[in-house]
Amino acid sequence: MKKELNGVTKSLIATLLGLLAGAILMLSIGSNPIEGFTYLLKGGTMSIERIGNTLSTATTLILTGLSVAFAFRTGLFNIGVSGQMLIGGLCATIIGLTVDLSRPLLLFLMLIVAIIGGAIWGIIPGILKSKFNVHEVVATIMMNWIALWVVYYTVQAFLIDVQETQSADLPELAQLKVPWLTDLFQGSSINLGLVIALLAVIFIKIILDKTTLGFELKAVGFNRDAALCNGIKVNRNIILSMMIAGGLAGLAGLTFYTGFAENMQIGILPAQGFDGIAVALLGTSSPYGVLIAAIFFGILHTGKGFMSAMTDIPPQIANTIIAIIIYFTATSLLIQRLWTKILRKKKNKENTKGGTK
Amino acid sequence: MWDITKLVFPYAIAYTIPLMITALGGLFSERGGVINIGLEGLMVVGFFASAVTIISLQIFLPDLSVWIGLLAGMIAGMLFSLLHAFASINLNANQVISGTAINMIAAAITVYLARTLTGSGNITIQSGLPRFDIPLLSKIPILGPLLFSNTYASTWLVLGILFLSWFVLYKTSFGLRLRACGEHPYAAASAGINVYRMRYIAVMISGAFSGLGGAVILVTYSGEFNGSVAGLGFLALAALIFGQWKPLGVLGATFFFGSAVTIANISQVIPELGVIPPLLLKIFPYVITLVALIVFSKSSQAPKAAGEVFDLGKN
Repeated sequence: MKKELNGVTKSLIATLLGLLAGAILMLSIGSNPIEGFTYLLKGGTMSIERIGNTLSTATTLILTGLSVAFAFRTGLFNIGVSGQMLIGGLCATIIGLTVDLSRPLLLFLMLIVAIIGGAIWGIIPGILKSKFNVHEVVATIMMNWIALWVVYYTVQAFLIDVQETQSADLPELAQLKVPWLTDLFQGSSINLGLVIALLAVIFIKIILDKTTLGFELKAVGFNRDAALCNGIKVNRNIILSMMIAGGLAGLAGLTFYTGFAENMQIGILPAQGFDGIAVALLGTSSPYGVLIAAIFFGILHTGKGFMSAMTDIPPQIANTIIAIIIYFTATSLLIQRLWTKILRKKKNKENTKGGTK
Repeated sequence: MWDITKLVFPYAIAYTIPLMITALGGLFSERGGVINIGLEGLMVVGFFASAVTIISLQIFLPDLSVWIGLLAGMIAGMLFSLLHAFASINLNANQVISGTAINMIAAAITVYLARTLTGSGNITIQSGLPRFDIPLLSKIPILGPLLFSNTYASTWLVLGILFLSWFVLYKTSFGLRLRACGEHPYAAASAGINVYRMRYIAVMISGAFSGLGGAVILVTYSGEFNGSVAGLGFLALAALIFGQWKPLGVLGATFFFGSAVTIANISQVIPELGVIPPLLLKIFPYVITLVALIVFSKSSQAPKAAGEVFDLGKN
């Protein structure tokens, strides 16, 4: 038996504890947890359309999760995914609403500006960290709120159509939804973003595992001083890492605001940015792990509406479960300690039986 | 100009006070060595608990219920902060992740419970704290109308706590010990201070103060729980940094930020205030905090051990 629990086991235990806490919450308001979870699962998977919706919700989470995970591997905490998403989405929306091009070119241009927008929003904390030793957590939090207000006033000044709380709807040409996918999944919100997200997973996997850049980034994440001693340009890598993380978040913004939705709501930080932290933690910061965790959360988010329609349980239970899972991944030492205790007890028993020591 | 100032000032103060008490809570936590980015969530918990308390008591105790609500907000925030304390102090958790979890749990669970209670998820109280003029002081020219007219009792309570906090932090042995835990926890431990206990107290104070902050929002300018404090907890965090982790710095920074946001908020109603674009006023607190971090990067007053795990077994 192994002494240290590995990351996957810890993630599974954290998930179980999160679901257990969810069950207790359902019980506390007098609902039946088994019924609740059944409807939650059904709501995310019971028809082709719902599976499509689960995948389109997961699309954004894959990208936000990748963004957080990528920064984690370099030892950085990108808590600014929401802001980077907003800026990426804003850039893409501006192009989508104003530029007149053939569809493939237009979508490609939107993709590029979304990456650039997100990357700029990520690179600023990167520079502040490497040049001035400003903690990236604080810097990215500030950048989130700057992004919120930049989007708020930009949309209000230039992109409002009818409703004051959101931008004008994008024309169909400038959306990531394509008829063949929509028809294939019987009218769900699934869109080309999924292809982008899957390509991003492979791309990040290759960068991390097969390239010198990935090796250097991970070296900085493992031990900054050792990396520096071995001639790795730590500062450059910090900036690069934040830039790539920002770019991924920008893509998440593209898939959310021009794929899942067709306009930008103003005045809210997208929750997917923070869910991305949960996705990365649960996926043990590996690209494939992120993919699986994002689909799991996609089911929770898609199924919550159905569950709340069929029972008395408010949909916020899904968000609560995700948040509690984050808490338990952060406190995995608790799980580890319990595990060691169980092992020690077992050992003691065996020792006393054998009569040695 | 005078008329506008007289008009804006009470709003600016009302907006600043919850910000101030929350930033002060963050100050205790970080001075004790635990980073707390869960301030936003702790405010939401206080916001919710006070709303539930007040609507259940308002029929029997119309006046007193508001004060019991404030107390309930404080207690709820304090209890909820134990989650963060347990994770960061006993379990060596990453304090940023734990704080993020606090924010997310608070935002989700309060709305979950509120929807179960009321259906819509909003909780409206019948009446909050009344505004009043302070006798004599409100008659002072200039200062009277600005500071002592139309004030809430909670404003004076929070200011009182702020000055008391300054005294406790700098003039008592408890304050010295608390600050030592945030600077050199191992040195503090070798001098016989129970670092774990001090950090627990520090985090619980931050929870209580943030909870009070959320409750003050409810009983002064909001009057309704709606599941969010709209980023005030993060603004408080910015003010804490801009105020360089000092009580008087927090006083100045929160008032500065509170005024900027208030002017931006009401500039749509008062055209004279529209001279400065509201966008600049809204992003100003965050930009200036980043600038301050750059300027003070060499001489930062941040507690040295904030965010670091303290583990006696290790050394």
